[in-house]
Amino acid sequence: MNTTCIMCPMGCPLTVEEREGKILVSGNGCPRGEKYGAAEYARPERVVTTLVKGERGGVVSVKTDAPIPKSLIGEALKEAARFRLRGRVRTGEIVMEDVAGSGVNFVATADFDGR
Amino acid sequence: MRYDIIVIGGGVVGTAILRSLSAYRAKILLLEKSSDVATGASRANSGIVHAGYDAESGTKKAYFNVKGAALFPSLSEELHIPYKQVGSLVVAREDGLAALRQLKERGEKNGVKVEILSREEILKLEPNIAPEICYALYAPEAGVVSPYKLTIAQADHAVVNGAEIRLEEKVTAIVPQEGGFMVRTEQGSYFTRYLINAAGAGAVEINAMIGEETPELTHAVGDYYILDNKESGVVNTVVFPLPDEKGKGILVAPTADGNVILGPTSRRVPHEEAEVNAVTAEGLALVREGVNRLIPKVNLKSVIRVYAGTRTATGKDFVIRESDLYKGYFMLLGICSPGLTSAPAIGEYVAEQAAQALSLGKKGKMLPLPEHFRLATAEPLAIATKIEEDRSFGRIVCRCEKVTEGEILRAIHSPLPVRTVDGVKRRVRAGMGRCQGGFCRPRVMEILSREWGIPLSEVRLGEAGSEIAPYEVKDGYETL
Amino acid sequence: MRHFDVAIIGGGPAGMAAALGAREEGATVAILERDVRLGGILNQCIHNGFGLHYFGEELTGPEYAKRFRDKVLADDQITVFQEAMVLSLTEEKVIRAVSPTEGFIEIEAGSVCLAMGCRERSAGAIALLGTRPAGIYTAGMAQRLCNVDGYLVGKEVVILGSGDIGLIMARRMTSEGAKVKLVAEIMPFSSGLKRNIVQCLMDYDIPLRYSTTVTRVTGKERLTGVYVAPVDDKMRPLLDKEEYIPCDTLLLSVGLIPENDLLSGTRVEMSRLTSGAVVDEYRQTSVEGIFSAGNVLHVHDLVDNVSEEAMIAGRAAAMSAQGRLPKGEFVQVMPEKGVRYALPQRIHKGEGKVKLYFRVDQVYRGRTVVVSCGGEIIRKKKTLVMAPGEMQSVEIDKSLVTGDLTIYTEEA
Repeated sequence: MNTTCIMCPMGCPLTVEEREGKILVSGNGCPRGEKYGAAEYARPERVVTTLVKGERGGVVSVKTDAPIPKSLIGEALKEAARFRLRGRVRTGEIVMEDVAGSGVNFVATADFDGR
Repeated sequence: MRYDIIVIGGGVVGTAILRSLSAYRAKILLLEKSSDVATGASRANSGIVHAGYDAESGTKKAYFNVKGAALFPSLSEELHIPYKQVGSLVVAREDGLAALRQLKERGEKNGVKVEILSREEILKLEPNIAPEICYALYAPEAGVVSPYKLTIAQADHAVVNGAEIRLEEKVTAIVPQEGGFMVRTEQGSYFTRYLINAAGAGAVEINAMIGEETPELTHAVGDYYILDNKESGVVNTVVFPLPDEKGKGILVAPTADGNVILGPTSRRVPHEEAEVNAVTAEGLALVREGVNRLIPKVNLKSVIRVYAGTRTATGKDFVIRESDLYKGYFMLLGICSPGLTSAPAIGEYVAEQAAQALSLGKKGKMLPLPEHFRLATAEPLAIATKIEEDRSFGRIVCRCEKVTEGEILRAIHSPLPVRTVDGVKRRVRAGMGRCQGGFCRPRVMEILSREWGIPLSEVRLGEAGSEIAPYEVKDGYETL
Repeated sequence: MRHFDVAIIGGGPAGMAAALGAREEGATVAILERDVRLGGILNQCIHNGFGLHYFGEELTGPEYAKRFRDKVLADDQITVFQEAMVLSLTEEKVIRAVSPTEGFIEIEAGSVCLAMGCRERSAGAIALLGTRPAGIYTAGMAQRLCNVDGYLVGKEVVILGSGDIGLIMARRMTSEGAKVKLVAEIMPFSSGLKRNIVQCLMDYDIPLRYSTTVTRVTGKERLTGVYVAPVDDKMRPLLDKEEYIPCDTLLLSVGLIPENDLLSGTRVEMSRLTSGAVVDEYRQTSVEGIFSAGNVLHVHDLVDNVSEEAMIAGRAAAMSAQGRLPKGEFVQVMPEKGVRYALPQRIHKGEGKVKLYFRVDQVYRGRTVVVSCGGEIIRKKKTLVMAPGEMQSVEIDKSLVTGDLTIYTEEA
């Protein structure tokens, strides 16, 4: 896998390979890059931020309360697209549980009063 | 629906005619194909009230220019529109003196106050004039006006006085009948005794509907720069170069709203492109060159907007006359420069022709167009009182031009109601400042959505198809 | 006429932090905010990446704003004027504003802190060629319509400018159902964070072309497409290589301009390098009692730095209103060789540490930052990499400042 390290503005281009069960990172300029490359290869994950629609209109901003595997982002966004929020919600409250089977929830990042 | 007079075309000329007509006892209607008045040439031109030395003596251009220019001071008061009699200078180098003298002669023949200035005298008016400039023809009675505000005010005033205006009604057919014409649009049919073609670039198509021949119309696109109002000190009058066969040339002028305008160029386009109005790199380069020969100090870095407008000409003069084919059909063709200046005078003249033809009686007095509160120019006490009366005047929506929600609401509910973001912009200047709508546009959209009870996704910039945020988020995503 | 020790213009992250800083020094505070709530631009920045330094946590924009907003609203010595638009500011610290609830507002303050943030460069400002259809927006406007109102400005998108706002909106538009066809960047590098290049573009396979610009647009009522072309080293488009990309939306992320219009009636000295005021380490401008912090002073990348800077300004503004802000001789800070600008531009002689913020003019790898005073080096800092899009800082000891300073870069 080829990727770019995001640990600092250097943006070292990384190459990550798996050989004999070991993950080998090359191209990194420092140890942080090696760690990042290995994690990106083995378990690439992201915190997803998006909007959820209120059932009577309006939108509220949400985020996953932990990173989820990159492969589940598409499904998570689809679930968020289909969901309609009933009533009010406060910052930090769970809006949608167990997004895309990840075990992670979407929580509100702002207050919403249901328009 | 039966009318005495229908005017086709809601530009500065059509609305001037409508307004003059509304002083008579008659049932009158204006049909405009776009979503607002002033969407054609009347929207994007230099906004100059020409003194009248440029037009050849004996032409309709000269006649209506001089007559129109004289009307502006009182008209702008009556219609509460910005107008400044700043004067104009046609500047020339040493070798241009003879040409200036010719213009002076022509001006005097047309009845215009003109004089030739030396460089020393020019510098008193324009300290930043280019070093090669030696002489100028000075016409103190020239001025600047907002062309779209004039058009809109004429339309509103006409409506206040009983005229009807139908927007987004494009004329598709005209059938001559006994005693008049049946005018068809996609929305309806209207009978009228008298029909006036003031359709600007589209006048050819209208004429063709009844087999009226049109002399060849030519269209020329002009590019413009608008500069930030903090540049307004760089020029005080309307500064022209010597005119050539293309026209009056690229000018530098203050606008009636306090900005600086540079342009226009003159690029011929075929009829099919008469409403495209694309700005080109070559056009802007020509403007920069032209400006550099007049006032090199102009700071182009403070540009806030560039745009293009198209003007339509036919031969050397205006065509303003009744048809030979049909009594009761009046046409206006090729109303290019000095069309804006001439419009009020043309309006009066055409209204008189129609009134005579139909033996219309005149009303006693016209109802006035009310003047509206503008926070940007009001004193603190007036502001405080106004906000107490109506809280919406305390909510500034357009930061750059200091336009309040109250003013926007008033504009939306004008005699000619407004449903588009550009319509609001042209009436109260929301979005015309240095941030160009960055702060206010979403808010203006929210207000339009609320006032007309339409979802935000249906709020348009201008015409149908120009919805600004046409989709809800996630629209279609669920099925991806 | 109402009186406050410190009046703050703008209730975004800079304004709120300045208010809390002023309160730490016991001042009475007024905030004039033009929107219906505090938070400023953060309210529409629903992505995360805020607060890593300031709170040690990664927060979204609204969450970061809430941390400050809650503190501000809980403090009864801070008066917040909501939906209040400032009309004028004088050197005598008299502010005139209007709001729907208060009507015409006149405030006299001991000191004023400017926190108005910045605006985006528009299509007009870059003299975009072609027609004027609907479909052309600044990235921030598209962001607001999307994240606050819940509407998408279009479905087939081209983005001009790879600064962070452009990158973030590439991801947002994609997440909400649009297709982003291209991000064009006129420079040979991006001014955005590497993290955003990866997580906004690479994650979604959105192409990014450097040294490319949009030359003109087509479309009558609605955008139908844009022409893009590569540029030469003077950033002039190579028109023979123009390529047409059909699309219905063009987002512009072409620069931010500090919103300093209110200063036109004052003698506050402005810097052409930052488009903000010239300030000292207290963030005081050349007019005594007028302070400036946040994006209105210089465009930041991290809101954490905005909060830190505004805290400094707020505390100093309070001390100034109370008559106890130290005065004295100051020296100039001059950027050279590789440093595009440095702030503060003035530093008082004295004791203590001062953090100098600066930006470089291009990407530098393995350079050393040097601060020298009268030919003597008073601080050296080795760096791995410095990019124009990432604000740098270096701390210096005021006791070593005996005259004007220069800050520059050199090969290691």
